[in-house]
Amino acid sequence: MLHRLFILSGVAALGLVAMPPASVAGEWGAYEVGDIRSGYTYAAEETRAIQDDEFGNPGFIWVDYGEELWSDVDGAAGKSCESCHGDASAMKDGVSGMKGVATKYPVFSESMGKPINIEQQINNCRVNNMEADPYKWESKEMLSMTTYVKYQSHGMPVNVDISGAIAPFYEKGKNFYYKRRGQLDMACSNCHVDNAGNMIRANLLSQGMANGFPTYRLKWQKPGSLHRRFRGCNKQVRAKPYANGSDEYVNLEVFLTHRSNGLPIETPAVRN
Amino acid sequence: MSFRPPAIAVFSSAIVAALITLTPPAQAHEYKVVDGAIAVSLTGQAGDPVNGKKTAVHRKKGNCLACHSLPIPEQQFHGEIGPDLNGVASRYSEGEIRARIVDPKLANADTIMPAFHRTEGLFRQIEKFKGKTILSAQEVEDIVAYLMTLTE
Repeated sequence: MLHRLFILSGVAALGLVAMPPASVAGEWGAYEVGDIRSGYTYAAEETRAIQDDEFGNPGFIWVDYGEELWSDVDGAAGKSCESCHGDASAMKDGVSGMKGVATKYPVFSESMGKPINIEQQINNCRVNNMEADPYKWESKEMLSMTTYVKYQSHGMPVNVDISGAIAPFYEKGKNFYYKRRGQLDMACSNCHVDNAGNMIRANLLSQGMANGFPTYRLKWQKPGSLHRRFRGCNKQVRAKPYANGSDEYVNLEVFLTHRSNGLPIETPAVRN
Repeated sequence: MSFRPPAIAVFSSAIVAALITLTPPAQAHEYKVVDGAIAVSLTGQAGDPVNGKKTAVHRKKGNCLACHSLPIPEQQFHGEIGPDLNGVASRYSEGEIRARIVDPKLANADTIMPAFHRTEGLFRQIEKFKGKTILSAQEVEDIVAYLMTLTE
């Protein structure tokens, strides 16, 4: 697999701490597009090795469970995901296939009048088409289905379109990103734009890209949603977090995911 | 004898807390900035450099090592976001150092560094920190005293 080559060309890590990554253009192959770099390029060599090992990457436990759920009939309509969408690994063609779908999310939902992300689309399907209960946001089921659906686009570039009706929501997300908050009075951008590549105590700050979510964090010992990560960051600066799935976080997801445009979908990514 | 059972004490302090939230947040100690410096101790007391070093290291207090290097080799992993503070007392006056801890945005509006002794102008603080400064006035003084020992 191509991505294995990047391990070999990666910067050697000494001991437990990643060396500050080299900034040689082109060094990181697909994980670097112009000035934009995946969190992969800021991860320690051993963390990258875990991600790249299909058998050792623990995120695949959730991919596999998502695959089971895909064909599980649930809800009053007597349907599974497969009933309408068929083989998830097929290229998206009308309703069937999931390959390529995740590259475009979040998308503007005409019926909701606002952007929705993958988790919300999964629950729309469950409630409206399957007549099943919605998954809880950070549940094993939701994480598994989201991870499974995103994995179908693994390696494909993120390609979020912010033209048209979604544009004002993108602007709101951008404003969130640059707004200082909390007792520590910090904006997302203070760390992930101004200080990407600098050590904050023992951690190397990345550009905070969204292309690997749900991401398996070694600290969490499980995959977590992007919104869980938002909540963690907000709390670290002693700011009141928003709810998972809130308009504020979906707008931020629109901005952030568009910021990751061109980077490959890495779900399930592995980070510390 | 006016013995008050603990449960009622808790209840009444909850009422007091509720009343406090209706009034403007507690003010930080007042200070005067002249030429980018706060020349006078916030408390009128001298700081304690030994306690200042502890407060500087404490992750829920100064947490200075998150972003700065300090001559504290027993602590691993000093951050590199802010300037190296080794020898800082040879570069800045006591008043300039105090101002940069109380509110570093006085010197640089774009800095990532939090104001350690300011309660105003903050957005969406977690409730339990509302109206509270990150460091008390005496903790600021202690850190100032510690940093003033760092001469080259």
